[in-house]
Amino acid sequence: MKIAVCVKEVPDAAVHKRIDPETKRLDRSGEGALNHFDTQAVEEALRLKEAQGEGEVVLVSFGPASALDSLRKALAMGADRAVLVSDESGAGSDLVATSRALGAALQREEADIVLFGQQGSDSDGAVLWAAVAERLRVPVISQVAELEVGEGKLKGKRQTEFGYDVIEAPLPAVVAVSDAINEPRYPSLKGIMGAKKKPQETMSLADLGVDEGSVGEAGSRTTVLALADPPPRGDSQKIEDDGSAAEQIVEFLAGKKLL
Amino acid sequence: MIAVFVEHHEGQLQRGSLGVLSKAVTLGEEVAAVLLGPGTKELAREAGRFGAQKVFVAEAPELEAPLPQPRVDALAQLVGEQDIDTVLFGASVLASDVAAGLAARLDAGLNWDLVEIEASDGQLVGKRPALEDSVYVDVGWTSEPRLALFRPGTFDPAESGGEAQVEELTPTFEEFSTAATMVEQAHEESSGPSIEDADVIVAGGRGLGGPENFSLVEGLAKALGGAVAATRAVVDAGWYPYASQVGQTGKTVSPKLYIACGISGAIQHKVGMQGSGNVVAINKDPNAPIFEFCDLGVVGDLHEIVPKLTELVQQRRAG
Repeated sequence: MKIAVCVKEVPDAAVHKRIDPETKRLDRSGEGALNHFDTQAVEEALRLKEAQGEGEVVLVSFGPASALDSLRKALAMGADRAVLVSDESGAGSDLVATSRALGAALQREEADIVLFGQQGSDSDGAVLWAAVAERLRVPVISQVAELEVGEGKLKGKRQTEFGYDVIEAPLPAVVAVSDAINEPRYPSLKGIMGAKKKPQETMSLADLGVDEGSVGEAGSRTTVLALADPPPRGDSQKIEDDGSAAEQIVEFLAGKKLL
Repeated sequence: MIAVFVEHHEGQLQRGSLGVLSKAVTLGEEVAAVLLGPGTKELAREAGRFGAQKVFVAEAPELEAPLPQPRVDALAQLVGEQDIDTVLFGASVLASDVAAGLAARLDAGLNWDLVEIEASDGQLVGKRPALEDSVYVDVGWTSEPRLALFRPGTFDPAESGGEAQVEELTPTFEEFSTAATMVEQAHEESSGPSIEDADVIVAGGRGLGGPENFSLVEGLAKALGGAVAATRAVVDAGWYPYASQVGQTGKTVSPKLYIACGISGAIQHKVGMQGSGNVVAINKDPNAPIFEFCDLGVVGDLHEIVPKLTELVQQRRAG
């Protein structure tokens, strides 16, 4: 069984994120990290492979060349190899453009299952899988909290606004997992040491036969027009617990007449 | 013409999509509602009352289960046949997947998580909060059709009392679109008074560490005379019942006080509680997004702070 996991590099959570006022894009110049929601998709792929006793877990990503550093964390967790689609003309890609580039890389992999994490922690994007499934012309199940794989098919349990659904789909299929699906493992020391030696391939759009004009800003159908400050909100305080946090909360509540 | 994807559940048009429908009416174009699934013809009149001038319905059995891909087929066909320049969706588990699938099918621009949309000189401009809502981004489209997903609960439905002209569609379906099947649905009926009416809510998330620690949250809620809520992650993990869930796929609450214990503040939780009067957050991760939208943020161990806080509140209330 071959499982492809779509992963993304995002600005490190400790870095103050900003949008570049010039390009109106997220400033990605700082330290990057693997999108933590994606580690749950990687974990699920590894569990499926372990349960089957065989198979391959391939990471597929679309982003700047430096994203390989972030992919290495998923390799250290146990993924077998990584494919990064990286191209200067890819910057500024929106949903349709990104799904085209990722779709082309996935088409080449012909995986039985394509997994996504719940959302991008940078853009809060939570829709890409459905667009990619459309590019691949395969069924999609999103928000999956329990995944079961059988002979030629899979079954996902997921939560909606109304309760729980169980959906079945034949393979190949795209599955987006929810953040309730598992607790991702930490890479072992051996995993970290071995990650660098695992196959890591960087491909251009031309390698994939994707027309440069169909990705990046040229291939995008949405645009950012302006940036503005959010509507003002009241004073917000943040404190570190020095042992008196409970007292400080009580004071706050009393001050607001909430006790 | 603007088309609005109107979701329905057990014969009821959903509030979120009716809100989007009412908003669409203000944009100055003809507005059509799209109702997909068996039995939707009967709901068409209802959509007219909320401002739809036209209602497109499709009752094909392929549209029975709330699955996205057959809906992409139906909408793609509709956009191809009619003079539709814009398709709007109120975000939900179903609608988000439909919108993204449709974007790829039609090579159309999709802007998501919008909290506003305005028409100026024939152009539409959407507003999207970004980076944990620390910046608002004006977004547009460079081609038609323009697709947009709105953050849940953004617009209130407004009855205009109109009457819609109903047109039936007979979509054809792609093989892959109908490959997924719904094998089980365990949908809960809403019942009785709930967290939606509470003045004080204490909510627990993954940071509690385990289901047994919900007793901490319950203790504090009891001391404050409030209700207990949970995040989707812990409800999905079986730590707490679905009826207590706050967020995009749960309840939307607006108490005077919301105390978030061990909750990171993912967007799907935030949209369910951002209307709260005061938000206190306790989390050990100083980078948790919840600190961006609380009134008092406490970086620390909730297992130490919550019991102490409960005791102090009890003392104060007793004294």
